[in-house]
Amino acid sequence: MVPNKEKPGKAVGTHKATLNKEKNAELYESMLRIRRFEEAAIDIFSAGKIPGFIHSYIGEEAIAAGVCGALEPTDQITGTHRGHGHCLAKGMHMDRMMAELCGKATGYNKGKGGSMHIADFSKGVLGCNGIVAGGVGLATGAAWGNQIKGNNKVVACFLGDAAMNRGPFHEAVNMASIWSLPIVYVVEANGWGISFSTKDAIHLTDLSERAKAYGIPGVNVDGYDVLAVYEVALAAITRARESQGPSLLVCNAPRMRGHEEGDSQSYRPKEDIEKAKANDPLRRYRTILLSGEILGEKELKVIEERVDAEVKTALQFANESPFPIPEEALQDLFVEEV
Amino acid sequence: MREITYAQAINEALHEEMQNDPLVVCLGEDIGVIGGNFGVTKGLLTEFGRDRVRDTPISEDAIVGLSLGAALVGVRPVAEIMFSTFLGCCMDEILNQVAAIRYMSGGQCSIPLVIRTANSLGRSGAAQHSGRTEGWIMHTPGIKVVIPSTPYDAKGLLKTAIRDPNPVIFFEHAIAYYSIKGLVPEEEYSIPLGVADIKREGKDLTIVAYSVMVKKALEAAEILAKDGIEAEVVDPRTLAPLDMETILNSVKKTHRVIVASEECETAGVCAEIGFRISNEAFDYLDMPVERVATADVPVPYSPPLEKYMMAKTEDIVGRARKLMGREE
Repeated sequence: MVPNKEKPGKAVGTHKATLNKEKNAELYESMLRIRRFEEAAIDIFSAGKIPGFIHSYIGEEAIAAGVCGALEPTDQITGTHRGHGHCLAKGMHMDRMMAELCGKATGYNKGKGGSMHIADFSKGVLGCNGIVAGGVGLATGAAWGNQIKGNNKVVACFLGDAAMNRGPFHEAVNMASIWSLPIVYVVEANGWGISFSTKDAIHLTDLSERAKAYGIPGVNVDGYDVLAVYEVALAAITRARESQGPSLLVCNAPRMRGHEEGDSQSYRPKEDIEKAKANDPLRRYRTILLSGEILGEKELKVIEERVDAEVKTALQFANESPFPIPEEALQDLFVEEV
Repeated sequence: MREITYAQAINEALHEEMQNDPLVVCLGEDIGVIGGNFGVTKGLLTEFGRDRVRDTPISEDAIVGLSLGAALVGVRPVAEIMFSTFLGCCMDEILNQVAAIRYMSGGQCSIPLVIRTANSLGRSGAAQHSGRTEGWIMHTPGIKVVIPSTPYDAKGLLKTAIRDPNPVIFFEHAIAYYSIKGLVPEEEYSIPLGVADIKREGKDLTIVAYSVMVKKALEAAEILAKDGIEAEVVDPRTLAPLDMETILNSVKKTHRVIVASEECETAGVCAEIGFRISNEAFDYLDMPVERVATADVPVPYSPPLEKYMMAKTEDIVGRARKLMGREE
């Protein structure tokens, strides 16, 4: 991405990143961990082991993997209601995540948050957020806090395209712009806000043009292309770290499944779903890795077996973990002063 | 001790806490260059500079959202929301984010955040600038509610609120800022949250009142004293946590109680405190719990209309006489 103060909204990715073998392997494993975790979660959701509801990240893997792959471990993120991918890509463990989905005591949030609110502050995951655009102010504030402390940390704030129509997005992005905060807004443009298509909700073909309104660079990128996402994210993150202010990345990645598990998508043309599935970002990346001779079949298998084992262990951990004791419901409201 | 205004007391608390801790920062609309719409933050910008005293755009949602995020990474923001009615403009941040994040994360974080805001009934502000919204927040687990009536309490409680690792909404009062003066020591002091203060002792009935209703309760007590009725005025000072022990002890002594607030009558702070008294001190009550609050209408503009619907000193006096069987 070329940050361009004169022409905000016009910055584009060059898509020429050449990453070494290790980084490619890391990105592939990151995407695969998300895909396999979600498949397993959908399975046990169907079997009735997850209370509440889950929003699958399938189809969006390249975004979390690409962005988090470009962050430093000490950087921070906020996720969305569709946030399992954000957590996994930031290095959270499958076992405690799966336990949280199942409402178990061993979950990251001790069973108090569930799918939409998983957090791990020790890994810089300041929480997924069940309110659409709910994490935007919080993420921007963390960036402000980092600026005050001068700690050189950057925040990546994930949000959906539907969140771009909420007031908190407008207020917070404007504030980040005028205060030049070290943050990157990552829009996962999956084309839908539950049943309402983004085409009908926003009268723009290029959502990144909204960056112009805030005087910050905006870039449009193929959200199914992990290398493209990584490249523009790294440029935006570097820009933020160098105190040049926020950026808006719009990652276009059509939703491959329903809004939540159990959504029949009756409102959506069948071809639209089929088209999304045909472009599966994970399969696409695997093909690129093989055809470009970046990673061989054997090396991919090693990764795949490792991820499968991780999922298996996580399912077992979640299954065997106890539910919280009921009285736990009254704990954790306030920090008790010593 | 010298006498200073309610506004000056708050201003001193802000200055002192910003001096004590470089991570205390202030933000809000018009708080810097002009020192706040009510002049409460005067001098902060000059002393601490733009990095720590931030004038913001008119973006209440972002003011609270950013304060929360900064608190989560260890900064101690003190945000100002100019009028407490404007809490409506950032209510999602308050209810669904500030109040919920720590609990929802299983206690992973602390949120050292203060939101200062001003109640303002009685200034012809009409419905949108005449807030008394403390009940909204008292109804929201996860946030502490502080609502002082005197300069001494305001300073001591604000200092504690800023040092608290939990979110606090601190309700000031636009009428109190310059009309209420009081003795405040020059030496360092602070007041713990959750400790009520008996503003006047009496044996015949208890008036539980907070914020500007304390002044009206004390005025009522003076009038009642002339009739030989000795009213005790209990100021809880903080609504969450709420010091029920002091309130109940007073009721157990007097056997009659009025709960007074500027809030709407229905489903408010009076209802909660009244219920707890009825429930926990039923055997001590000689009469049902009485309530003085404002009428259930949006606040009207014209002075005679506003005065009519407000909770007044004479309302407290009238209810007290009723409780004492001295109705005229």
